[in-house]
Amino acid sequence: MPKWLRMPRWSPYLVGAGIGVLSWITFAIMGKALGTSTSFVRVAGAIEGTFAREHVENNEYFARTIVSTEEATRPIVDWQVALVVMLFVGALTASKLAGSTFTEHVPKLWHWRFGPSRPMRYAAAFLGGIILLFGARMAGGCTSGHAISGGLQFAVSSWLFIAAMFASGITVAFLMFGKEGRNHV
Amino acid sequence: MYDPFLASPLDLIYGAITGFIFGFLLQKGGVTRYQVILGQFLMKDFTVAKVMLTAIIVGAAGIYGMLAIGVDIALDIKNAQIIGNIVGGLIFGVGMVLLGYCPGTALAAMGDGSRHAIFGVAGGLVGAAIYAEAYPFMQARVLGVADYGRITIDSAAGFSPWWIIVVMIVIAAVGFYLLEMWERGGRAAATG
Repeated sequence: MPKWLRMPRWSPYLVGAGIGVLSWITFAIMGKALGTSTSFVRVAGAIEGTFAREHVENNEYFARTIVSTEEATRPIVDWQVALVVMLFVGALTASKLAGSTFTEHVPKLWHWRFGPSRPMRYAAAFLGGIILLFGARMAGGCTSGHAISGGLQFAVSSWLFIAAMFASGITVAFLMFGKEGRNHV
Repeated sequence: MYDPFLASPLDLIYGAITGFIFGFLLQKGGVTRYQVILGQFLMKDFTVAKVMLTAIIVGAAGIYGMLAIGVDIALDIKNAQIIGNIVGGLIFGVGMVLLGYCPGTALAAMGDGSRHAIFGVAGGLVGAAIYAEAYPFMQARVLGVADYGRITIDSAAGFSPWWIIVVMIVIAAVGFYLLEMWERGGRAAATG
């Protein structure tokens, strides 16, 4: 096993360049932008459909994502769902190759500000996830599919999204953790 | 619905390979860590900006380079639905600070040992389902209000995308050089 695969960290510039090259491949071979958040719609629709199939099929947003028509085939597990599942496996592999035993229930910064409670941190993460995906679907994508893949095509929509996400993220981070929080990251 | 359940094997293999490499890179870049992402929003750790801006520049140079030599690439521009892009981005920023990850890095973070990321991913599925319910309202009252279609900065301004690439390379080179100098200076001062 080459040593560079076992390193805990690579240069962020190298990693960024790697993601850039990966985007060439998805555009050239798949004809698609490298993204992740549409998969949340697919999986959510597939799960909701097991107990409310008619409701899901009659919902316009789910319909145009996962309900096949004569013109378009829309599988539940498409190339991007495969991508999203393997994101987990890729990160797990990288982590294990570096010999990492990292596990985190309550991050350091959160612990400093809100205490050691696991249920509270889990609840915040769950609520954060709800808000995150609602925002992503409203904006038209997330960090990978919108900010990076759209940003590199100089899409007006994507640069507006980038500006808004950082403006909001920086404001909320300082509201939640203050300047003092900088000493805990 | 559920018909077909799976895409073609080739599509799935391409997706799986891309996802594996993407997840591997995210972990090696350190952006699967809550502390690193919050460090960016608190303007202390600029790893996220370094990864994102480098990805955008390298990606752009390659995509427009391939187009220039005649490779047939379909671009995938999202509609400039101004209100949706901005308000959605603002909401996204709130969620990203609360969770500490974006959708892709949350999944990669689970692989990297983050247990609270699991709750974030579960919340994400709920958020996507809620958005599906809100979609008719969004489409009627929000997304369509200021929809300028699939416009790009270069097409709207009427110049070549290469000008933007050149300008971004210059800004990134100077900006990252100064940032690295500043970070080294800070570390030297901290260790005394």
